[in-house]
Amino acid sequence: MEYEIKPQKGFSLNFREIIQYSELFYFFTWRDIKVKYKQALLGFLWAILQPLFTMLIFTFFFGNLLGVPSDGIPYPIFAFSGLLMWNVFSSGLSSAGNSMVSNAHIIKKIYFPRLIIPMSSVLVAVFDFFMSFIVFIGLLIYFQMDVDILKMCLFIPASLLLTIICTFGMGSFLAALNVKYRDFRYIIPFMIQSLMFLTPVIYPVSIIKYQWAKYIIAANPMAGAVDLARAAIINKPIQTDLMLISVISAFLFLFIGLFYFRRTEYYFADIA
Amino acid sequence: MKPILEIQNISKKFRIGGDSGGYKTLRDNLFPKDRKKKDKTEFWALQDVSFDVFPGDTIGIIGKNGAGKSTLLKILSRITPPTKGKIICRGRIASLLEVGTGFHGELSGKENIYLNGSILGLKKTEINKKFDEIVDFSGVEKFLDTQLKHYSSGMQLRLAFAVAAHLEPEILIIDEVLAVGDAEFQRKCLGKMEEVGNSGRTIIFVSHNLPQLQSICKQGILLEHGSIKFNGKTNKTITEYLRAKNAEGVIDVINMPKVIKSDLFQISSFRFKKNKDFFEQENIEMIICFIVTGVINELNIGFSLSDLSNNLLIECRSSGTYPSYDVKPGEYEIALQIKPQLKNGVYYLSLGANCSSGNLEYIPHVAEIEILPTLTNIELWKNNSNGLLITNSTWSINQTK
Repeated sequence: MEYEIKPQKGFSLNFREIIQYSELFYFFTWRDIKVKYKQALLGFLWAILQPLFTMLIFTFFFGNLLGVPSDGIPYPIFAFSGLLMWNVFSSGLSSAGNSMVSNAHIIKKIYFPRLIIPMSSVLVAVFDFFMSFIVFIGLLIYFQMDVDILKMCLFIPASLLLTIICTFGMGSFLAALNVKYRDFRYIIPFMIQSLMFLTPVIYPVSIIKYQWAKYIIAANPMAGAVDLARAAIINKPIQTDLMLISVISAFLFLFIGLFYFRRTEYYFADIA
Repeated sequence: MKPILEIQNISKKFRIGGDSGGYKTLRDNLFPKDRKKKDKTEFWALQDVSFDVFPGDTIGIIGKNGAGKSTLLKILSRITPPTKGKIICRGRIASLLEVGTGFHGELSGKENIYLNGSILGLKKTEINKKFDEIVDFSGVEKFLDTQLKHYSSGMQLRLAFAVAAHLEPEILIIDEVLAVGDAEFQRKCLGKMEEVGNSGRTIIFVSHNLPQLQSICKQGILLEHGSIKFNGKTNKTITEYLRAKNAEGVIDVINMPKVIKSDLFQISSFRFKKNKDFFEQENIEMIICFIVTGVINELNIGFSLSDLSNNLLIECRSSGTYPSYDVKPGEYEIALQIKPQLKNGVYYLSLGANCSSGNLEYIPHVAEIEILPTLTNIELWKNNSNGLLITNSTWSINQTK
């Protein structure tokens, strides 16, 4: 084994190195999941209760009081299918965005591919997804939904993948920015809140009157992800043009995020 | 044989100053306050450092604070990149810039062993294999399932070092981690380090603790202002370091904080005649100058040595030699020589004076004295005296039955 340590310039993904450190990746994820639910009395149950309560509140306010349409399916199912993906994004983004700063003490003392940290933050959110997915199945059974299993097996993973790409891209971008500019600690929660309005979690895209507004919303990759998740249970064709915009935008975020992260990671230890 | 590490012209630049210290805010970047004043203060933490390390070398890096030791270690362990130059590595490096990196209070001792081990670069199977050994070394087996936050700091440290001690890289980089913990545990760690060194592993070790360096490293590198000042055998490097340290010369006593002071009497300077660090049972020679501005009756000057926890160990006064010493205004110089029977360690020296009408001056912690172990035999059992003080004893054992 021979390698060089020299001034760092340029950009390389160096996936091989990340694979070498895959065990550390696993340990970081494992640590974050463990710590997250450690001192909570109900433990992992919170991963189920959180989206469930949010769904109930949404159903009460938006479904019952405001009468928001739900593409012909019961509003609880509608809201929950959106929340399923949205929660991965919001919790993944906020923990990934703060991950480099909160792990600064480790970064300053030991070397490993820094990308592992935001990556494992996103993975913790994916773990929560699987917990709440169980609830989702329960809801589908409770409301006696007529679900095409094949469609479900196709669209849910695709939607999750899109969510992960988008969360990881934006997360690593924000993580790197956060090291340099601590302002982002305050910007991130605000950003997530604003993005929620741009994501059809509580409302269907179909109620938007203007076509241009639909395009703007589609530029938010999470809109595409939520739509994909719903397509699994609603009998309605996917709008290909909107979906394409979302997918392209997700990959754009991924590329920008990875590029910026890799460009700046060498100096994290100096400024963190 | 090819060197395992080739350090070639390594330089590292930091930007210092600036209003926000380390990190910038977004506003600073969007709206730079004053383009011309944009701070360009550069600071070279390392300049043109080159040396080769061969397999099995044990190298100690010494230097004053700010000489660039930690920066060099950080570059070697890839935490921060160099600004110029390059390093060719031909082996797996594990760096211990801190013990217990990544320890998490919410996790149990057992979980932390795995987490810390994998951060340090151990594979899970390796940790499994060494788990019992690690637990054994740490001596915390009773508390393995207890959350780390309930551990005492000493226990955390033991656990941390136990994991670190079981790393088996080709090159081990260590930064002053041994300067902590109780004496017994330090000795255990030191033993382990020596063992690692003897097993042919390459070690690069930074420490202010000269006795430790002496016992672990065969070779020493002295850093000064970011460049190598000396590279050679450890004791030669230490001597060189001590010479540089003592060249700073006279200690300015006048501006030191004083507990007692008077208008009549002032100690003006203090210096060691030769060096500031001594070997056990070596003569310590000091020169003390004082200024008298009025007539003082029965002047009595004293000095004391105390240990790091401020226990008074030795106090000597001039009244033994000069029982009733009356002085006129003027400047005076004292030559003082002592031969303390103290064990190796760091001691504080304090100065004071009184006279028939009361106390004149008392200055605590005028200087630090480092007493080094006699270099030939470091192992304690070889010494015929152990403990705080060195005592010569005469033994006579006869068989009576």
